[in-house]
Amino acid sequence: MDSFANGGWLPVAFLALMGLAMLAYVVLDGYDLGVGILLRRADDAKKDQMIASIGPFWDANETWLVLGVGILLTAFPLAHGVILTALYLPVALMLLGLSLRGVAFEFRAKAPSTRKVLWNRVFYAGSLLATFSQGLMLGLYVTGFADTAAAWAFALLTGACLCAGYALLGATWLIIKTEGTLQLNAVAWARGSLLLTGAGIAAISIATPMLSTQIFNKWFAWPNLFLLMPIPLTTLALFLTIYRSLKRLPTRLREGNEYGAWVPFAASVGIFCLAFYGLAYSLFPWLVIDKITIWQAASAKESLMIIFVGAMVVLPAIIAYTAFAYRVFWGKARALTYY
Amino acid sequence: DLNPIMLARAQFGANITFHILFPTISIAMGWLLLFFKLRYNRTQDEKWLDAYKFWVKIFALTFALGVVSGITMSFQFGTNWPGFMATVGNIAGPLLAYEVLTAFFLEATFLGIMLFGQQRVSNRVHTLATFIVAAGTTLSAFWIIVLNSWMHTPAGFEMIDGKAYATDWLAIIFNPSFPYRFTHMLLASGLTVAFLVAGISAYRWLRHDRTASVMATLKTGVYLAAALIPLQIFAGDMHGLNTLKHQPAKVAAMEGLWETTKGAPLLLFAWPDAEKRSNHAELKIPNITSLILTHDLNGEVKGLNDFEGAHPPVLQVFWAFRVMVGTGTMMLIVSWLCVYWLKRKPILAKPLAYALVGMTFAGWVATVAGWYVTEIGRQPYLVYGVLKTASAASAVPSALIASTFAMYIALYLALIVAYVSVVFHLARSAGKSINSTPASAPISLSLST
Ligand code: HDD
Ligand code: HEM
Ligand code: HEM
Repeated sequence: MDSFANGGWLPVAFLALMGLAMLAYVVLDGYDLGVGILLRRADDAKKDQMIASIGPFWDANETWLVLGVGILLTAFPLAHGVILTALYLPVALMLLGLSLRGVAFEFRAKAPSTRKVLWNRVFYAGSLLATFSQGLMLGLYVTGFADTAAAWAFALLTGACLCAGYALLGATWLIIKTEGTLQLNAVAWARGSLLLTGAGIAAISIATPMLSTQIFNKWFAWPNLFLLMPIPLTTLALFLTIYRSLKRLPTRLREGNEYGAWVPFAASVGIFCLAFYGLAYSLFPWLVIDKITIWQAASAKESLMIIFVGAMVVLPAIIAYTAFAYRVFWGKARALTYY
Repeated sequence: DLNPIMLARAQFGANITFHILFPTISIAMGWLLLFFKLRYNRTQDEKWLDAYKFWVKIFALTFALGVVSGITMSFQFGTNWPGFMATVGNIAGPLLAYEVLTAFFLEATFLGIMLFGQQRVSNRVHTLATFIVAAGTTLSAFWIIVLNSWMHTPAGFEMIDGKAYATDWLAIIFNPSFPYRFTHMLLASGLTVAFLVAGISAYRWLRHDRTASVMATLKTGVYLAAALIPLQIFAGDMHGLNTLKHQPAKVAAMEGLWETTKGAPLLLFAWPDAEKRSNHAELKIPNITSLILTHDLNGEVKGLNDFEGAHPPVLQVFWAFRVMVGTGTMMLIVSWLCVYWLKRKPILAKPLAYALVGMTFAGWVATVAGWYVTEIGRQPYLVYGVLKTASAASAVPSALIASTFAMYIALYLALIVAYVSVVFHLARSAGKSINSTPASAPISLSLST
């Protein structure tokens, strides 16, 4: 390991950067994949509204995934090879899902109208497949790619749980971006996915330390237990906040009062951030549990430095124009027309 | 039994072939849309607005296909040949990272505003967003072509313990083949779009959809094609001379020349045979290859036998090159005939219109063939002179690669069919919706903004 002054901090900085990119991806593409998962529940006119609420954003949202994987590839090539080889099949399935969904966006609006039903189905199935594969990847990753029945059962659980979580993000996003009956439907969908997400997170929290001694030791050692306690407590508080808000919203929304309509989404994002933080804390400094640390996997310092400087200059600009784009499309989504 | 290296290569080749179809269109189409938009801003003539409205749909569709196949590419970079990153990651890494940071976010974010923001931002901001999207696609082409050119003509680095370390980033970026490859690729993109626009407009015209906008895009496409093709042939020739300097074995394969020869002939047709190390059924014009490559009828051109064991497969390179140059020649003939005709007559002749429809996707053919020349011609190297392809392949088991490969192929074929049929479907339905404004009648479309 290099000394810190001598560039040894670079791998940590890149880990942080990669973590942020992945978190941004999960939250941002999470809500648009979530809208895709919910698509099946709406009638045709509402389907158009739902897609209009994510149309301007999905491409930029997915770019965070490209950045995250790009950092893994360029900063930690050794780990990239191991991780993506171990996850070869779920990655391929995720790419299939993302491809189908991405093209369905366009085809559903441009193909002959008799095909629209088909492309709507493709949109839904692609969103679900991509989400489920991502959850599967997460589960396999956390168990250190152990090829055991328990590990696969855990991965299936995380897959299902992520579908619920993205649906929660999607539904709460729709509460902000839509109006009328669709908005009220979204409140109901959010309630359902909230319960599923809660159950899923609880199950994962119990199963994780049972599957990995590494994580068990980290969680249940003094003073970590004490330091970590705020995570589940805050998560619980956020769940209750969403629950309460979803209960009150329908009456208010029927009166045309949008007060607090953003609360469920913001709190759901909070839950994702906390879960992410807990995961990052449990894994650090391993990139592949019990096998590769970030220092073993890193590229040459000079090359990392060049990317780091570039990232420090460009990322603020990216964040600024992303904020600009969200401001342009602020407020309720309108029908997607190209002029 | 299936060799995992061959499978990994075939899978990567299939993926990038599918991917490049869409960037080739997106890059130049972005600029063309900007052109339509600026024409409309200046003249307020509805035909340019109609042109923008029609082509922006096809642009959006193309872009979506480019994005999803590109995301697949970014995963395959690591999975299919980890040895690549292990050896030259210090150079490839920053280049790829800069592409994501400077180009992908830019184009993806402003695409939303360009496509759906018309009613939410001022016309000026919308024009700016259109410009940024076009510039973003070009910038991303810049970075990836830098990396690809560096793989052909590596420069500005040193090898320490079998790993490449950058010594001079300017030399890496502006490596010897970069200016040629980037120019040739941008022109290829321009030609692909020119023929797409001319072909679809001719198709609409043949279906009696003869609005002012259809005539305007037809002319734009034809004139653009006619202007770009001579430039492309010239650029291709310069590119070939550059390749001769740095990768003579590739040029020998392109020409199908086995023995080093003074006064080498140009082969119009031949069937190179790798086992016998000679050609069957040659149809040749004496001395022309020497003339092209050395500017001397009796100049000496090195043959493949000088590189035995270290030259690319000949048959593929030889034929891919002929497909590219043949398509380029067709492009020259058809576009110049059309210009000649349109200079004299107000409307196109039917046979020419059919020729344009037939060449709607000719740009794809030439572009893919060109990339095959370049990439197969680099074999057996992955990074020329530095890293062999075989030593970069991954350890993923054959069965796994084979099953995902089958999945990708099925997906890609379905998507290509869907894409092409939707493009023609849009052309047909556009005719139905604006048939009410023939070219001669006063224009009465109202603006929806
Ligand atoms: C000459 C041009 C060119 C070439 C050779 C490539 N690409 Fe590409 N790529 C583009 C030009 C482009 C483009 C024009 O920027 C996009 C944006 C939209 C489109 O249709 O193509 C694109 C999209 C695109 C995206 C999605 C970006 C987004 O979200 O907006 C990714 C991740 C990649 N590409 C990755 C790759 C990789 C890993 C390649 C090589 C192995 C590659 N591309 C070759
Ligand atoms: C965009 C158009 C491109 C096309 C159509 C294309 C096509 C191909 C094909 C057909 C091969 C297989 C050659 C063989 O194995 O005989 C190949 C190999 C390769 N290409 Fe490209 N290529 C393109 C661009 C690029 C770019 C931009 C890069 C990198 C920056 C790249 C990197 C590689 C690498 C690393 C290989 C070797 C691995 C392998 O053989 O699978 N290519 N390409
Ligand atoms: C007709 C005359 C043409 C000539 C003499 C020519 C020449 C060449 C040469 C020598 C190469 C290989 C360079 C290398 O690998 O180092 C090449 C590659 C290529 N060509 Fe052409 N070309 C012609 C027409 C076209 C046309 C009409 C298109 C497309 C519309 C096209 C698209 C490409 C592409 C995309 C590549 C691969 C990228 C590159 O290496 O630049 N070419 N061309």
